Amino acid sequence: MWKFIVRRLLITIPQIIILSIIVFILAQMMPGDALSGLIDPSIDPAAVEQQRERLGLNNPWYIQYVDWVGGILQGDFGQSFRFKMPVTELIGQRMVNTVLLSVVTLIFTYLIALPLGLISGRFNDTLLDQAITGYTYIGFATPLFIFSLFMLWIFGYNLGWFPTSGSVAPGTEPGTIAYWLSKVYHALLPGISIALIQVVSTVQYLRSEIIDTKQKDFIITARAKGAGEQRVYNKHIFRNSLLPIAAFFGWEITTLITGTVFVEKIFSYPGMGLLFLESITQRDFSVANSLVLLFGTAQIMGALLSDIILSIVDPRIRIK
Amino acid sequence: MEATDVKELEQAKTPSAIKVLLKELYRDKLALVSLIFLVLVAAFVYGLSIFLDQDQIVTVDLFAINEPPGEDFILGTDYGGRDVFGQLIIGTRNSLTIGILVTLLSGVFGIAYGLISGYYGGHVDNVMMRILDFMNILPFLFIIISFVVIVPDYNTITFSLIMSAFMWMGIARLIRSKALQERELDYAQASKTLGTSNFNIIFKQVMPNIVSLIIVTMTLNLAANIGLESGLSFLGFGLPESTPSLGTLISYATNPQTLEHRWWIWVPPAVLILILMLAVRNVGEALKRAADARQRRG
Repeated sequence: MWKFIVRRLLITIPQIIILSIIVFILAQMMPGDALSGLIDPSIDPAAVEQQRERLGLNNPWYIQYVDWVGGILQGDFGQSFRFKMPVTELIGQRMVNTVLLSVVTLIFTYLIALPLGLISGRFNDTLLDQAITGYTYIGFATPLFIFSLFMLWIFGYNLGWFPTSGSVAPGTEPGTIAYWLSKVYHALLPGISIALIQVVSTVQYLRSEIIDTKQKDFIITARAKGAGEQRVYNKHIFRNSLLPIAAFFGWEITTLITGTVFVEKIFSYPGMGLLFLESITQRDFSVANSLVLLFGTAQIMGALLSDIILSIVDPRIRIK
Repeated sequence: MEATDVKELEQAKTPSAIKVLLKELYRDKLALVSLIFLVLVAAFVYGLSIFLDQDQIVTVDLFAINEPPGEDFILGTDYGGRDVFGQLIIGTRNSLTIGILVTLLSGVFGIAYGLISGYYGGHVDNVMMRILDFMNILPFLFIIISFVVIVPDYNTITFSLIMSAFMWMGIARLIRSKALQERELDYAQASKTLGTSNFNIIFKQVMPNIVSLIIVTMTLNLAANIGLESGLSFLGFGLPESTPSLGTLISYATNPQTLEHRWWIWVPPAVLILILMLAVRNVGEALKRAADARQRRG
């Protein structure tokens, strides 16, 4: 197993390098550079040129690339030209919100997906199962942004159950319990919106897993030994079907990242996704590029995590 | 004598892939209704948009801002005094056009990529699949948005090209795994022995054999591409406001006032996208069942 994990780990290194090269190329193609955000336009061009030379902006691209990567490894993502502060600090502020939103989403995803998948698989082809299958069918075809808009419209504006924008109620003292409760409260509706759409693939997968497992020999054996229906489902089928679901966890990160961009925009929730949209519209490219790099790395790590969990859970994969 | 032989042979022949697909569509009433609906919508928006002047519809009219539905405007007007109904028609047309264009562009490339990779196998396959793996791990939404911002001459065509550049991996992988199986089959091996060129085997023999898979995947991709295009337009990185898409109309709802009080601007396009995507998916699922003999209903 360790051999597999080490091999899988090694693959991520070229993946991250290629990702960084692509982001670097994107950054080079974007107008402006590290200086354009800092200087006053009235400064003498010769002095600007001197600064460029000093910062290494006139070096060949490969040296610039190495410098850039070196900076990132030390946590230096450059300066935000819009906020006049280090990108690292800026992203750090927003990351708290996005991480909170993601955690809320994941909790709801599993809270919804597990019971629905279990019921649907256990009582397959009943009316209840058909209702759940119908939900996954429609959910699969529904774009997240449209669904979230309706959620905001209904539960945010018309019913007024949830806040309609922001990540915390204004005027709450940071660090207090009320502050964190308000934060969670603000993340609830966006989180539930993503979760309701995101669960459909997990529900479908869990359902077919359970229907498959139901007919396996060891289940028949368990029944023959006289195990009760409840015991067969909870101890034998559920445990076996749950393992692949656990491995989905890493891949959920990809859908989660894409989802947060739309949802943060709709709920005006100040997270990393909204920061990306704002930065790219206002041409604050150093921030936008750093975010692409971070999101890409998170996605690579998610895939890595899933593969490792799968290899622990399912020995057949290790041999391949 | 000979004539009857030929006739008998014709009858014994398995029906062509296209015929099977159509038959299944006919059996599945929901899919049939969806298909008719899609054709009608397409005919309606493409037909009507000949008479509608896009430039006139997107011209700002300050005397008719945010008017609710009424006699002058069936679906009211938006914040620029533009007729929502006209934008809905043109938006649907633009969304459909982009969706189809991206599906075709990414489809053609993905199919060719998958066929070549799968047919040659070995080192070629290995290298091509590694490239595909790398494409797959990219955070494509962010990279598409970045490209949209930096491409200098930005229009419908470049937008479709950018989207297609990141949407071909799924179909390529699928076609590749199928081509890997096909190349081991007798007919492909026999053609190879007879000296048929690889190009001919790939595109004239293997490809026609997996045409049902291609049709199914492209149909399902169409739904996904319409969704992605409207999503990008919603975020403001799709079609510009002068060429409205359904997503552009929905994006007016990011203004809380519009979302809360002016439903006529964003609810119709949102519902329309939902119905369109469900309809395309119904057709796609029926075709998928038809392509798999075990699941076929008829």
